[in-house]
Amino acid sequence: MSETATSKESTTTGQGSSSVGIGSGGSGTGARHQGRFDSATERALGWLDDRLGVGKGRSLLDKIFPDHWSFLLGEIALYSFVVLVLTGVFLSLYFVPSTKEIIYHGAYAPLRGKLVSEAYASTLKISFSVRGGMVIRQMHHWAADVFVGAIAIHMMRIFFTGGFRKPRELNWMVGVTLLMLAIVNGFLGYSLPYDLVSGTGLRIAYSIILSIPLVGSYLAFFLFGGVFPGNGIIEPRMFILHVLIVPIIIAALIGAHLFMLVRQKHAQFPGKGRTEHNVVGSPLYPTFMAKTLGLFFIVTGVLWMLGGLVQINPIWQYGPYQPYKVTYAVQPDWYMGWLDGAMRIMPSWEFTGFGHTIPLEVLLPAVLFPGLTFTLFYAWPFVEARITGDRAVHNILDFPRYRPKRTALGAAGVAFYFTLFSASATDVLANFFQVSLNTVLWSFRFLVIAVPVVVGIVTYRICKELAAMPVTDEPKRSVILSRTEEGEYVMEEASIRPGDAPDDLDPIAVPARIGAGVEDAGLDEDGLDKEDIPGELLDKVPGVRRVTT
Amino acid sequence: MNRETGVQSDGGRIHEPVHVPGHASGDRPIPENHGEVSDSPLPLVALDDPHLRPAAKNVRHTERWIAFLIALAALGFAGYGAVYWQGGQPQLEGLTLGIGLLAIGAALAAWGKYLLPRGPFVEERHDMRSSDVEREQMAAAVIDRGKLVMRRRGFLGKMLAGAAGILGVVIAFPVIRSLGPLPKLALDKTNWRKGSYLVTIHGRKIKEDDLEVGGIITVFPPGYEGNAMDQTVLLRASTSPFTTKAGRETWTPKGYVAYSKVCTHAGCPVGLYQEQTQQLLCPCHQSMFDVLDGAQPVFGPAPRPLPQLPLMIDSEGYLRAQQPYDQPVGPGFWERS
Repeated sequence: MSETATSKESTTTGQGSSSVGIGSGGSGTGARHQGRFDSATERALGWLDDRLGVGKGRSLLDKIFPDHWSFLLGEIALYSFVVLVLTGVFLSLYFVPSTKEIIYHGAYAPLRGKLVSEAYASTLKISFSVRGGMVIRQMHHWAADVFVGAIAIHMMRIFFTGGFRKPRELNWMVGVTLLMLAIVNGFLGYSLPYDLVSGTGLRIAYSIILSIPLVGSYLAFFLFGGVFPGNGIIEPRMFILHVLIVPIIIAALIGAHLFMLVRQKHAQFPGKGRTEHNVVGSPLYPTFMAKTLGLFFIVTGVLWMLGGLVQINPIWQYGPYQPYKVTYAVQPDWYMGWLDGAMRIMPSWEFTGFGHTIPLEVLLPAVLFPGLTFTLFYAWPFVEARITGDRAVHNILDFPRYRPKRTALGAAGVAFYFTLFSASATDVLANFFQVSLNTVLWSFRFLVIAVPVVVGIVTYRICKELAAMPVTDEPKRSVILSRTEEGEYVMEEASIRPGDAPDDLDPIAVPARIGAGVEDAGLDEDGLDKEDIPGELLDKVPGVRRVTT
Repeated sequence: MNRETGVQSDGGRIHEPVHVPGHASGDRPIPENHGEVSDSPLPLVALDDPHLRPAAKNVRHTERWIAFLIALAALGFAGYGAVYWQGGQPQLEGLTLGIGLLAIGAALAAWGKYLLPRGPFVEERHDMRSSDVEREQMAAAVIDRGKLVMRRRGFLGKMLAGAAGILGVVIAFPVIRSLGPLPKLALDKTNWRKGSYLVTIHGRKIKEDDLEVGGIITVFPPGYEGNAMDQTVLLRASTSPFTTKAGRETWTPKGYVAYSKVCTHAGCPVGLYQEQTQQLLCPCHQSMFDVLDGAQPVFGPAPRPLPQLPLMIDSEGYLRAQQPYDQPVGPGFWERS
């Protein structure tokens, strides 16, 4: 082989007898080491680098993502948002944001000839007349439910592992804002079709705004354009908020969320080789990219399947909204349930005096309570720092068991909100268990205090027990139990077998260059012993070529 | 020479051959920089480094699974195309494309998890905190330059603040005030007038014999059929007048009684009527009102009775309002006295 070669000869070389271990474009490997831009990819990168300096961004490809299943939750939320945007754009092509009443002539026979709003009629059109529309509309609704759920569980993960501590307080607060906006936009979204259930929800929202002292009636009038249901301007207003303003704020905050994440790098659980000053895991390119792209498609696939197979919000069964009509078992989407439950079990305390009324029976559970909730969420990183006096930087996460007080408090909080959520089904529960509403209501008034206390105490005890258990870094091994002829039992630890548990390697920096050396080690690319592969197969295994020196 | 020459033609030009650092010279790449990061030289790792091995125990097995998943995905996608082509059907659409997306997602995730280098790899963190000097310089820049702006111009600063304050107020006019009308008395009054007929949603006037005992119907003042504030529930609790509250003796001619249908809790229509217990129930938050006792709330979060509409029967037998409601209907608000 000559030292100089034309392109043609080089290609021959790549496939011929003299070759290297790396499968694709062997010639590029050599050139890259000298900074030559020879392959198409390298030329493209070079072109971009001349103009944008992309070469300096290589470390982004090396960005390390720690591996733990619980780190998926935020990604699920992110991908649900992507699905929401994509399906939302599709829906917006057909949806008519208007409460103007028309006579329905569409595909759904039972409603033909009835007066319905244009919003309702166009939602029916998406469901029954636009091809694929039913799946996409239901997928949109499911994605919203999953979006809020993933955010909530992601937030719990951050809380229980202390991921909100310095330096991540700001990102925690951005996350809390995202949760709030997700709930608000979810409410706006399911109100848009203007069906009987969501219209009733709007009526309740109007009353909640009305309950605010001093400015309540003004706020309600400005938002709805007058006495409920206003003069038809609420629908276009909700529409523009739902499809433009809130999503843009959410997208911007997601950007800020991710920017801070990249800047501060991920927190990680304690483990071998992991310190406060490093991150151990898989690099962005290619490992994390493959996994997260996979997760994106899995999330999309699950949501699409839900959209196709599991009915959600069948508004044609509820009927169009009429302010004087109402239906049994009026429940909002799940993420509003805690507020609805709080409103149901609240006693009827209205303050009247000095010529004014303060409807505490609405103001307390539906305005002050959520306000207090989110204030507490925002303030928690600082409250905890004040309580513990811990103001150090933390990049290693806590195991919840070692923070029994925080864990107990968090579990009690989750139990509290879950009990309120369950209380939003008082009527359904009373019907189902054939007990009086009175019994169910008073049970919940009691449970909403008792359940968090019990859950908190039990969680605290469990944490203490778990924390007291001996912890070793050694992986568990199987034991061999044998009986001697005399009947004596002997137990011995089995030696570790290859593949039993991953051998704990020391972490290394992400290699920028991956050298040759396959043949020397007697391994092929996949790290298999070549002795295991019959000689005639060796040439057929992709990426491995025989060296004939 | 058996080494890779690294030579390739670029637009016809011939480059100098390049020697690859490799095993020829005996300097087989050795994993460098274990556990630490340095910018130069770049970390170089041999292909047989254990960190680069896939996590899968049986690589061929895993590859076969992934191949199966990708094939399944292709089938799912094609299946969706076929279903759509045939006119579409929600369940089949969900199943086909859903399986396709799930399968391709699982294939990619498995590829990343089992076939790519198992690591672990490490990256150093950089402290967020800047050095003391940098912090000092930053603070100095902000403060000193700020002072430069305001130096001996405090009066200008106050004027600026004043102007911005005015802007802050007037900008609220178009942004907030334009949104809707002022409440004034809109929440305190309904469209019921003295002598208003009671009409159904279709505008039909109610006559004295229209309801049996136990009957219920939603009524409106004429011209306001379907109005959210005026909606009123008309019941016939008996055949003869009865007294719901002292002073309302004449309000229930022939056992007819009318209450505002807007719940005093959160404004939902009080739509359910239990004849046996003579209770009206709001299905939103389960407030219950005693029909015979002036719609006094007996259960749930509603704080006030439903306002009662005084009824009369005119000489032609039509039901009419003696008077409008004597109080605002619906949920409480600040200005309600």
